[in-house]
Amino acid sequence: MIKKTAIAAALAATALVPLSQAQAADYAIDTEGQHAFIQFKISHLGFSYILGSFEEFSGSFHYDPENLEASAANLEVDVTSLTSNHAERDKHIKSDDFLATGEYPTATFTSTGFAPSGDNEGVLSGELTLHGETNEIEMPVTLLGEGEDPWGNYRAGFEGSTTLVLADYGIDMSKFPESMHELELYVTFEGIRQ
Amino acid sequence: MWKNTPRGWGLTSILLHWISALAVIGLFALGWWMTELDYYDRWYNLGPWWHRSVGMLLLLATLIRLGWRAAQPTPEERGQRLERLAVHLGHVGLYLLMLVVLISGYLISTAEGDGIQVFDLFEVPALISGLPDQATLAGRVHWYSALVLMLLSAGHALAALKHHWVDRSDVLTRMVDPRRSGRP
Repeated sequence: MIKKTAIAAALAATALVPLSQAQAADYAIDTEGQHAFIQFKISHLGFSYILGSFEEFSGSFHYDPENLEASAANLEVDVTSLTSNHAERDKHIKSDDFLATGEYPTATFTSTGFAPSGDNEGVLSGELTLHGETNEIEMPVTLLGEGEDPWGNYRAGFEGSTTLVLADYGIDMSKFPESMHELELYVTFEGIRQ
Repeated sequence: MWKNTPRGWGLTSILLHWISALAVIGLFALGWWMTELDYYDRWYNLGPWWHRSVGMLLLLATLIRLGWRAAQPTPEERGQRLERLAVHLGHVGLYLLMLVVLISGYLISTAEGDGIQVFDLFEVPALISGLPDQATLAGRVHWYSALVLMLLSAGHALAALKHHWVDRSDVLTRMVDPRRSGRP
């Protein structure tokens, strides 16, 4: 009897959590439908660029047009899913020479603040952990669109990009030209309102 | 001449054996050396090009060799029963390790769906790709299985020399001289 009451109480408590958290402003990033991309662009010896992406990640964000300052985003990236369309190069990038994915298989971004800067624009700041090192970054983001989708959900989509200095993340690029010491990170995704 | 008999190895088996031995040692040395090369080295791309090409040819040769071995008589083994069992296990181990090393190497380069170019002559298509972290995991298997293969090969060579010099057995001469497979 006591057991049953305890279980009922626990169930009631867990049932309340989604109610209190899932307001009309919580979105899950649509990685399942693959309307989400995390890409990077880095110079190759100053000749051209290497473009690559992370294929596996998940995340959510909070977006309420009535309360933009409360915007937030969290992402978790499987760094081992990196691809630049060249198996041997990707193996090298993931090796201990660069990303050391054996030791640091996950990268995370946790936002700490958002400052609106104009129509559908703002700067998202947060902590990026990559290669075991955490840095505060700022990423200008743009709301690309929002509304009912054809399949009965409500979506909102964004894009943003920022430049990362690889040395900040303990990745040694000293034997490569200056142009390869930093990369551009580009993120775009749709979220489905929960 | 070309075929095996119960008395000895034919020239086909002998050639396959020694070409494989040369290739295995060469590939191991090249593989070790090329993975330590600096990005700016002239051989940074050329080393792997040779390694992949020779490796794929060795894989082909090994499949032919195993087929030939299965289709042909095996020369009589020497030694006591327990020794013969150990010899047999050792040889099975060498074949298996070669396959593991060769296939894991193939899985590195084909991990993202690209085939492997063999000396700009032809391309071996990718059959298995896109497994999670495939190139990195296959790379780990490739390195460690290659190390074990080198150790077992060294044991294989030492055992052959011991049988030749100490036991005065003909196991080594019959792997060199195809005439031993002929009439006594």
